[in-house]
Amino acid sequence: MDPHKNLNILCEEGKQMDITKLTVHELQEKLKAKELTITEITKAYADNIEKYEKDVQAFITPLGNEAVKKAEEIQEKVENGEINTPLAGIPIGIKDNICTKGVRTTCASKMLENFISPYNATVVEKLEEQNLINLGKLNMDEFAMGASTEYSYFQKTRNPWNLNTVPGGSSGGSAAAVASNMVPWALGSDTGGSIRQPASFCGIVGLKPTYGLVSRYGLVAFASSLDQIGPITKDVEDAAILLNIITGHDERDTTSVNKEKVDYTKALKNDVKGLKIGIPKQYFGEGINPEVKEKLEEAIEKYKELGATVEECSLDIADYALATYYIIACAEASSNLGRFDGIRYGYRTENFSNLKDIYRNSRSEGFGSEVKRRIILGTYVLSSGYYDAYYKKAQQVRTLVKREFDKAFDKYDVLLTPTSPSVAFEIGTRSNNPLEMYLADICTVSVNIAGLPGISVPCGVDSKGMPIGMQLIGNRFSEETLINAAYTYEQEVKFREKYSPEFKKF
Amino acid sequence: MSREDYEIVIGLEVHAELSTKTKIFCSCPTEFGAEPNTHTCPVCMAMPGALPVLNEKVVEYAVKAGLATDCTIAKESKNDRKNYFYPDLPKSYQISQFDKPLCAHGKVEIEEDGNVKTIGITRIHIEEDAGKLNHNEFGSGSLVDLNRAGVPLIEIVSEPDMRSSRDAENYLRKIKSILEYIEVSDCKMQEGSLRADVNVSVRKKGAREFGTRTEMKNMNSFRSIVRAIDYEADRQIDILEEGGKIDQETLRWDDVSGRTFSMRDKEDAQDYRYFPEPDLVAIRLSDEYIENIRKNLPELPESRKKRYLEEYKLTEKESKMLTSSKYMSNIFEEALKICGNAKAVANWLLSDVSRILNEKELEPDQIPFTAQDLAKMIILIEKGTISSAIGKKVLEELFENPKDPEKIIEEKGWIQISDEGAIKEVVMKILDNNPQSIADFKAGKDRALGFLVGQAMKETKGKANPKMLNEMFLEELNK
Repeated sequence: MDPHKNLNILCEEGKQMDITKLTVHELQEKLKAKELTITEITKAYADNIEKYEKDVQAFITPLGNEAVKKAEEIQEKVENGEINTPLAGIPIGIKDNICTKGVRTTCASKMLENFISPYNATVVEKLEEQNLINLGKLNMDEFAMGASTEYSYFQKTRNPWNLNTVPGGSSGGSAAAVASNMVPWALGSDTGGSIRQPASFCGIVGLKPTYGLVSRYGLVAFASSLDQIGPITKDVEDAAILLNIITGHDERDTTSVNKEKVDYTKALKNDVKGLKIGIPKQYFGEGINPEVKEKLEEAIEKYKELGATVEECSLDIADYALATYYIIACAEASSNLGRFDGIRYGYRTENFSNLKDIYRNSRSEGFGSEVKRRIILGTYVLSSGYYDAYYKKAQQVRTLVKREFDKAFDKYDVLLTPTSPSVAFEIGTRSNNPLEMYLADICTVSVNIAGLPGISVPCGVDSKGMPIGMQLIGNRFSEETLINAAYTYEQEVKFREKYSPEFKKF
Repeated sequence: MSREDYEIVIGLEVHAELSTKTKIFCSCPTEFGAEPNTHTCPVCMAMPGALPVLNEKVVEYAVKAGLATDCTIAKESKNDRKNYFYPDLPKSYQISQFDKPLCAHGKVEIEEDGNVKTIGITRIHIEEDAGKLNHNEFGSGSLVDLNRAGVPLIEIVSEPDMRSSRDAENYLRKIKSILEYIEVSDCKMQEGSLRADVNVSVRKKGAREFGTRTEMKNMNSFRSIVRAIDYEADRQIDILEEGGKIDQETLRWDDVSGRTFSMRDKEDAQDYRYFPEPDLVAIRLSDEYIENIRKNLPELPESRKKRYLEEYKLTEKESKMLTSSKYMSNIFEEALKICGNAKAVANWLLSDVSRILNEKELEPDQIPFTAQDLAKMIILIEKGTISSAIGKKVLEELFENPKDPEKIIEEKGWIQISDEGAIKEVVMKILDNNPQSIADFKAGKDRALGFLVGQAMKETKGKANPKMLNEMFLEELNK
């Protein structure tokens, strides 16, 4: 018997329907209408993991079997009326730098290969309150440092649109798993573009919330003042739904804001008439792939057609954003990663005769080269004698970047840019050239520096069929505006109906 | 040149553990002495992803300390990370304060032989304590205990205003007493909840520039601090006298050998890479908040001393000595409430209790008996149940094996002999054995009476009622 047979259900029109191609809000409707059961959904995804994971390699710890068991439990509880949360039984994938009690959290590092967190991250608690099911922990660049997921200690995740290319990073496992329908949606984290850029490379939606909107408690810190957890989904509506679940003040994270909860699905108005869009010219200059530029220009035209006002503008300081980002992010990382010292948990070298050896060798053997590169850079910029020239200067520029965005948002509701200057590149082409790799973040980092929300939405494919992403940037806590702007565009261009990944091998 | 041509310059960095119920960045208890690693959680063990949350009580306590030492309180301040690797420091950075301490520009006054001197306080900042390494408890290697990791500390940095080990001791005693009074730290030096880094340099008298200083870390007894300063000043003077140069370095004081040793070599000079703690928001305090704490500050030693002078008619010296330690002063007040005799309580505390503390090298907070025990003992003396001589013995016993004084005298059979017949028997026996004294007395030598009473006390091992003895001897001698 074909194990996939029961998963292909007849839908109304009599066509065969693949459950895993549905968005979460569609799944939710089917559940409500009793056209699908919780168990069927989770089984369909578990089967897809079986089917695609060998090619895509998005998971560090897949939990298909456990998820199916959990689905059966939840199914029963829903039937008994013990559970009535609207998303009960929907599976989700979680980036492997978000702590899950009882399931290892590796950060894609040898350092934490066997590390099991004794507690759940706040966002994971929130998922559990809603009775979502953890389908597995997803691959990433080691400690979220990278833009291609090639810096994972475990494996290189493939882009399902072309298995020779990278899925982007650092949340490449999350993006690839969503794009290849191995999870309906996933959590990622974004320090300099790590949600938006892989979403763009994989033709899906990635939302980086305003700094402080989502608790960071339980997110293994890379750069504390920049990190934010956010949704990686098939469409904007799903992003709004997942954002509803994970936002909220957390007493355990003092940088999380105490703000009234908003229902982001109410922002899906499908209307951008009168919306003021700024196009910062610096993001369309040199270095941008012409095909990317072309698709972005089409998107701009589309917005005009939809009744938005579009105007070119300037963010002069943008040129300095990348340098500022790498100084601040590395400085914080050099301190945040100090706790991985081989003393209490994580990797400890076998090769030591004194304390210094334990530190030196555990860290030399446990961290990969990109992590070491950033720790060294960060240590340098914080050193006495260099602090003022680098870290302090970077903080000053950071203030200027914020101010410049403030000025822009006096005039515009959202800013529109490419998410990345290029489409997904081939595996191995940049991993040995850190500077070129860093350029993949050029369009996204300033959003983190200013603490703003940003969303990446697919806006077409290039001549080789690779997806291109459009980034919308909003003012602090203007997620509703951003979601509506992205949603209205998405409803118009219907990217998902036109394109889907083909798992091409070359 | 000689030692007298040099001036010693001392500055102290005092670390006091705050007596908040919970740690500075998590809700683990701060209690001392628990089983290793039982007062820990993901935050204070620095598990990946855990974040600190500042305990508001810590800010309140630090502001109290700042106000009690005349500091200016910063309305805006922040936390910083001090980065270094050590196994007792789980995050590999200590959350402290670098360039914006909570309190600054304060002062305290110290007194020596009636001379008052002002010692400047540079700053007071909040930070977290590290854990503890237990060396060699189970064979080789060290075990890490993180119970203390995250216990809140304030660091009080003085100006280099002290000029002798006596100054340093007086200053530290003053700080200790203030912190005890405002109830922000229990200041138990033996448990490490009050410790000091001592900076010492010497210079020729009249010189304007400071000499190169050395630092002795983690000193936790007054005696060691005094000895260490004296030793270190001598060592530095000797080096200079021989034409040498002082190295700026961190030293370890060894109490046994009475010497300092170099701790680190210079190439290991630490660069702490301080930077603002991104996991915490800035600390902003309103004027109302600060004023509210100021209004509710408890009585400080100075005003308590004044009260003792006026209310209890104690002498200047007595008042000062009693109030210099809050523990001593509290015992005084409590015992006074029970027995009502201020002079007697003060006498006992300042003479015998202080003497025993000194002999045993204990601090007042280590007094093992209660104020009630002391008051009871005083009442027993007043009632004539025991003599003052027995009182002293009871006090010794209270230090060794504290319990109800009535029980002590009962068990030890120290109840005073006030039975007329028994006293008379002793008097007659002593008189029989000392005819010469009788003759002396009759010849007008009053001293002889004292001798006879003394003999009788000896005979009764101090238990005879001295008043009755006196009267009875007089009666017999005048017959």
